[in-house]
Amino acid sequence: MHEVTLDDLEFSYSDGNLVFKNVNISIKNPQLVSIIGPNGVGKSTLIHCMNRILSPTHGTVLVDQKDVSEYKIKELAKKIGYVPYAAKDTFPMTVVDTILMGRNPHKKWNSLHEDLVIVEEVMDMMDIRPLAMKPFNELSAGQHQRVMLARGLAQEPEIILLDEPTANLDIRHQMDVIRLLKKLSVEKNIVVVMISHDLNLAAKYSDNIIMMSKGSIYSIGRPIDVITAESIKAVYDVDSDVIMREGRPFMIIKDNEFIDVEIPESCIVERTDLREHGE
Amino acid sequence: MVSDLEMEYRAYTFRKLIIIFVFLIGIFIAAGISLSINGMDIGFWDCYNYVWNHIIGTEYELRTPEWRADYMLWNIRLPRIIMAIIVGIGLASCGVAMQSLMSNPLADPYTVGISDGACFGAVSAIVMGFTLTTALSSMGVVISAFIGGLIPAIIIIILSRIVNLTPATAILVGIALSYIFSGMETVVMTSTDADTLKAAYLWQIGTLNGATWEKCLIPAIITAVCSAFLLFSSKNLNLLVLGDESAKSLGLNVDQFRFLCMIVVSVTVAALVSYVGIIGFVGLIIPHVIRMIVGANTKFLIPASMLGGALFLLVADLISRTVVYPDELRVGLVASIIGSPIFLYIILKKKQRYGEVF
Repeated sequence: MHEVTLDDLEFSYSDGNLVFKNVNISIKNPQLVSIIGPNGVGKSTLIHCMNRILSPTHGTVLVDQKDVSEYKIKELAKKIGYVPYAAKDTFPMTVVDTILMGRNPHKKWNSLHEDLVIVEEVMDMMDIRPLAMKPFNELSAGQHQRVMLARGLAQEPEIILLDEPTANLDIRHQMDVIRLLKKLSVEKNIVVVMISHDLNLAAKYSDNIIMMSKGSIYSIGRPIDVITAESIKAVYDVDSDVIMREGRPFMIIKDNEFIDVEIPESCIVERTDLREHGE
Repeated sequence: MVSDLEMEYRAYTFRKLIIIFVFLIGIFIAAGISLSINGMDIGFWDCYNYVWNHIIGTEYELRTPEWRADYMLWNIRLPRIIMAIIVGIGLASCGVAMQSLMSNPLADPYTVGISDGACFGAVSAIVMGFTLTTALSSMGVVISAFIGGLIPAIIIIILSRIVNLTPATAILVGIALSYIFSGMETVVMTSTDADTLKAAYLWQIGTLNGATWEKCLIPAIITAVCSAFLLFSSKNLNLLVLGDESAKSLGLNVDQFRFLCMIVVSVTVAALVSYVGIIGFVGLIIPHVIRMIVGANTKFLIPASMLGGALFLLVADLISRTVVYPDELRVGLVASIIGSPIFLYIILKKKQRYGEVF
């Protein structure tokens, strides 16, 4: 069983600009945890502190009771995987080479066969096997996302951090990815921590949710306790109705200021290929 | 059991190795042609025969035609060819490394101001009284150029440790330092007489003329160490392609690796520049051309660029020796004049875009 503990965590930029403080979180046992909150509250900074991409200005991050700063960088990479929001493609490689990078922490001089077996397995999981030899930059945004997820999974981590893994994906692939993450947490005992802007997706699939507001944690707990009309109003300044659907909260935005004006006939968008000939 | 993906991947690797092998054959042919244009009517295979016989210790009777041929090929032609190969390998591999380290397609071995620093060092030495006629004074210019080339690189390496420069900022600092050294070089050059000014100016245009086995030794050792290091580091250079955050999360100590690479690249480039002057094009363009052929995986890109750089410089040197025979053009000029149009043609003909540039 794996455990991630954030103890009195604080992060400020070098100019003194505070991102968050007093962050105390303990995530025990495999599960799917979503971090939600408005733009700019420090969600990405928080997960960057968790895998030592950034060093917190105060406090500690413990992974299995050991401070992350005490891990050798390769040992930490075996424990924690990370899937960024967007990947650079200055010098794009093939999809298979990109996913093979995920094997770096485990790589030995003669491990290509073993690595390719794992790469093929994660490519099948992400439904990208036919893209194997394509250059990374020739893919659509959604395919990019799935390749980066496959790379994260090829790392075979015990804890995986994902920065908006469902961004850029169509609804079918959003469902597939989040179901897969949930399955991984159960079947492979992985702690999955993901940032999401889709509150309903987070509410439907997460075991626990961390809701951040400016500079701190607003609430932590089960979706039913965190996703409420009051918390959404307080954190996002948005009015909503939260109803229960299949035992999970479901948010419907209320916008009393929106005025729905009927547009004139001339403004209608229509399919021209269905017009009758000569019309 | 071998999966379909593994078979596909092994076939893909094999294709890259074939391309690398073709470059090796190209170098063998270009070097042979270069040896056989010798004014002595010794053919392609005969040249290689003389070289082989020299290696296995064959000795000829003094002043015989065979002795003359052996002397000319071994002591005059071959060192120049070896120097072209060394410089081509060094500049092209350092170009790949700098582009990966800086995540920038416009980076090249001179990005951190090495060329202007070296020019300032060499020009100062020439103006201060070293001439290029004696071995000792020639070494004075080489040493001065080497130190001058390292100064801006060391400033950037130290700054990147102290104030945590991003790659883009490091490039900008390199440009600023280049302007400073270029300005100081102009001050030195404008304060001297016409002959010294000509000597100082000519030094800057790269040439392989005058290469000897002694002069090849230090560049060969440094380039060998640098090449071995970069080949060994190709896996880490690959990790940088998707950005520093990704590389860190995959277990690479990015700051330490970049620091080490910058030192290796800077020492190598400063050493090469101090011996042959500034040869542009190779370090910037060859990696791009080779990337179009073998792809961006540095495991193949680095060895292919090394051989591509060596082949290009051999051909450029061959042209520089023959095009205005019995005179000679400087290889730095030929590299730019023939290389740039070929490169422009490749870019404009290429319909498919591979990265930010191509």
